[in-house]
Amino acid sequence: MIEAQQLTKRYGEKTAVDGLDFDVKPGTVTGFLGPNGAGKSTTMRMIVGLDAPTSGSVIVNGRHYARHQAPLQEVGALLEAKSIHPGRSAYNHLLALALTHGIPRRRVDEVIELAGLGTVARKRAGAFSLGMGQRLGIAAALLGDPQTVMLDEPVNGLDPEGVLWIRNLLKALADEGRTVFVSSHLMSEMALVADHLIIVGRGRLLADTTVADLVREAGGDTVQVAAQDPARLREVLAGPGVAITGRSGSEELQVTGLSAREIGLKAAEHGIALFELTARTVSLEEAFMNLTRDAVEYHGSTTVETLETVGSNA
Amino acid sequence: MSTLTTTVETPPAAPARPAYRVTGRRVLASEWAKLWSLRSTWITLGLGLLFLVAFGLIAANHYKSGIGSGHQDRDFATATAVSLSLFGTNFAQLALGVLGVLVTAGEYSTGMIRSTVAAVPRRLPVLWSKATVYGLVALLVATLGVFVAFLFGSQIVSGTPAAMGLSHAGVVRSLLGAGLYLGLVGVIGTALGALLRSVAGGISVLVASLMLIPGLISLLPSSWQDNISPYLPSNAGESMFALTHDSTTLSPGAGLLVFLGWTALALAGAAYRLVRSDV
Repeated sequence: MIEAQQLTKRYGEKTAVDGLDFDVKPGTVTGFLGPNGAGKSTTMRMIVGLDAPTSGSVIVNGRHYARHQAPLQEVGALLEAKSIHPGRSAYNHLLALALTHGIPRRRVDEVIELAGLGTVARKRAGAFSLGMGQRLGIAAALLGDPQTVMLDEPVNGLDPEGVLWIRNLLKALADEGRTVFVSSHLMSEMALVADHLIIVGRGRLLADTTVADLVREAGGDTVQVAAQDPARLREVLAGPGVAITGRSGSEELQVTGLSAREIGLKAAEHGIALFELTARTVSLEEAFMNLTRDAVEYHGSTTVETLETVGSNA
Repeated sequence: MSTLTTTVETPPAAPARPAYRVTGRRVLASEWAKLWSLRSTWITLGLGLLFLVAFGLIAANHYKSGIGSGHQDRDFATATAVSLSLFGTNFAQLALGVLGVLVTAGEYSTGMIRSTVAAVPRRLPVLWSKATVYGLVALLVATLGVFVAFLFGSQIVSGTPAAMGLSHAGVVRSLLGAGLYLGLVGVIGTALGALLRSVAGGISVLVASLMLIPGLISLLPSSWQDNISPYLPSNAGESMFALTHDSTTLSPGAGLLVFLGWTALALAGAAYRLVRSDV
């Protein structure tokens, strides 16, 4: 269980995390999504006390991370991939962490096996590939058998087999009743593992929702229409619960609140010729992009086509 | 919500969780394991030991051959078996001080500090443990080094005006003082590394304070020099192991106190930064 209240972090003028409020609950996988620079890593660093919040607070399993008697048993965190000394072997790295808590050597061997590092555990960690380093970070996160597991971009650098391993691991951990909090900037990856989503952009909370709700709210029932007389079609279709957007001077309209079938019938009824009538299902990726567009645009790196809003978009 | 309670919070959670706990002794054990699991520790300690013994023996040999050939270097005019065997101290302090810097600053340059602080989020036990573990190791290595250097060095110069034995007044105190000085240099290196969080920065400040500043002080007016000079880290440290003392130097006890003061100052700065700054 992670509870953030008005969590804020400023670096001089720049506000990295801006008044975040969210809860991460046990028993499910919660995805933490946002474009690069949205404040995900900073938030995670504050959860384990590496960074001190400028204001607000975040507590884990009922108290501040640093107040726990055995922090590694409360939260296991994978932060930046290489939080290791490259000259130390994987085994010695894990042993050094285990010794601080009185975690037995047996457990060190266990997590090494669990992470699939058995054959390289005695080699210098500096020589590890990105994927191996990631596995070592995950082994360290699981070392204390923690109630809450927090992983920052865990699939980075993993091969497909490793990605699948992470996916199953996260689900298994959540099924055991643990709190699982995973950040990513890849919506598609999150959609496969996460039940709940916390989406941030520019340090602010954009959505605290489930995967299904996100798609629904993002307008998964949009119909793309191209008509000979879009202005008249607009009048014909207008009604309660119907939103119509489109560019002035363009034949194309995007309609929500009506099915393709209803639009086609109405157009035929009023003798408006249609050139295109397509029901568009919004992918999760698109829903995510729509939500974070403003946050990304701020950084001037958007490739998303912007739409001029004409109708009253609910 | 404490996990130490016997009630099960969520139905599927494991019923009996082991009661792990971070303690000061465990952090010490962790830092001990960390120190010895890096190759750089073995190499640098080996170098420190080599410097102490080798330079001590070289100095003793040089003195002996000077006596034999009849023209002695002026530097060696007042040499004793102690001063000759401690000739390597200057070089050994570099090796031991640099390793001290690496013990702390090395964690910042590699990213290891994030793992360390996540495991011990109260942070200060990490600094105290690093300083204790490494300080003791440096002390033992240095003490071993100076005694070995003296045992062989004093044999080389036996029968010369510099000859001295362990039973000679002040010799054991000098040798122990040198070991203690080098151990504290290690602690100062550890503190500087944690304070500056940079290997290059830590080594620079260490070298500057132990080796460069004494030279710069000589540019000051002489009345200032006399007041400041004895209290500089390098000079106060030298008083700890010098066999003879005059009006311009501190007594061994006072030197030790002043040097301990410098060590405490560096540690206090390191502790302040460690607690106050994000890692």
